Amino acid sequence: MADEKGPGGTGKTGPGNEDVANLRDDDLERRRRELGAKLATRRPDRLEGEDKGQTRSVSGYAQAFKLSSEFIAAIAVGIGIGWVLDRWAGTSPWGLIVFLLLGFCAGILNVLRAAGLVAEFGRGGKRSDEQD
Amino acid sequence: MAAADKVDPIHQFHINPIVPIHVGGYDLSFTNSSLFMVVVVVLTGGFLYFSTAGRALVPSRLQSISEMSYEFVASMLRDAAGTHGMKFFPFVFSLFMFVMVANLIGLFPYFFTVTSHIIVTFALAMLVIGTVVIYGFAKHGFGFLKLFVPSGVPVALLPLVVAIEVVSFLSRPVSLSIRLFANMLAGHITLKVFAGFVVSLGAMGAVGMAGAVLPLAMVVMLTALELLVAALQAYVFAVLTCMYLADALHPSH
Repeated sequence: MADEKGPGGTGKTGPGNEDVANLRDDDLERRRRELGAKLATRRPDRLEGEDKGQTRSVSGYAQAFKLSSEFIAAIAVGIGIGWVLDRWAGTSPWGLIVFLLLGFCAGILNVLRAAGLVAEFGRGGKRSDEQD
Repeated sequence: MAAADKVDPIHQFHINPIVPIHVGGYDLSFTNSSLFMVVVVVLTGGFLYFSTAGRALVPSRLQSISEMSYEFVASMLRDAAGTHGMKFFPFVFSLFMFVMVANLIGLFPYFFTVTSHIIVTFALAMLVIGTVVIYGFAKHGFGFLKLFVPSGVPVALLPLVVAIEVVSFLSRPVSLSIRLFANMLAGHITLKVFAGFVVSLGAMGAVGMAGAVLPLAMVVMLTALELLVAALQAYVFAVLTCMYLADALHPSH
């Protein structure tokens, strides 16, 4: 038995290695449990927030309003910026055209963000790393 | 048909001056909209004050309503913006209570819905975004602009991406205000139109009376739906406020 534990006859390497492995496992185990606890505290809240006694049709209605308002708002802002820029700089109609297109892109981005398909502001890098 | 002509679903949103005030060419009249804003603020403040005045250890019904609304907004803000975000609690709580009470009061017949006017919701949304921008720049300086620069984007694409992000950021107050205003406007118009069907069908004699039962049932259901929408939109407004404030607190994440 002792020989199995200490292959070099010193009796130290075997148990020593075992300890390191245990320690590492313990560490991982602890971190896993912490993460689990953290997720557990978050999940019920989120479920509660989404349920809130609403039926499917009502949440669909709210979702539709959310997505359409995001899209319309971005286009309206794009048009607004372009129009004001044109008036100030006299670049009509190029400001309107460019910012309408930018507003359209931003609208798509807003909708994707509202639907949870694209990362939030300033978190683009992390999200893309995860996907890679 | 004469009754049907009288039903004007837009009429309820008309603003009437109650006390005309004109200062330097500006119309600062005290209108029915202002009156209901005052009513909302007085009602909310009075309710919160008097319901918590007892300070009972075991809360009464009214006190527990106040405490639950406090807890609700506090946990919402803490989840979104962390404990640092709690310095904005008075702001978010006032916004939430104002919007919710304004929405709910608007459901009473003959009452004016303050939040059904886009200028009101836009002013509230600009207040939120103004807070975010000013606090963000005050706390992080130009580091706040990192919000518009997603990491991991090729340099060649950066100007385009930043422009899109800026437009997207600027669209936030607009979408915030449009959502609240459109929900309220659409809901109240739908209610009015269906209630108008009841009146005009009811004027058509016995057959019409029998037919009027259907829109009447619809109005009852819609009222329940509107009650839900009123609370839900206040919740959505407050949640988005919390998310935007979180961006101001931690722009780079």
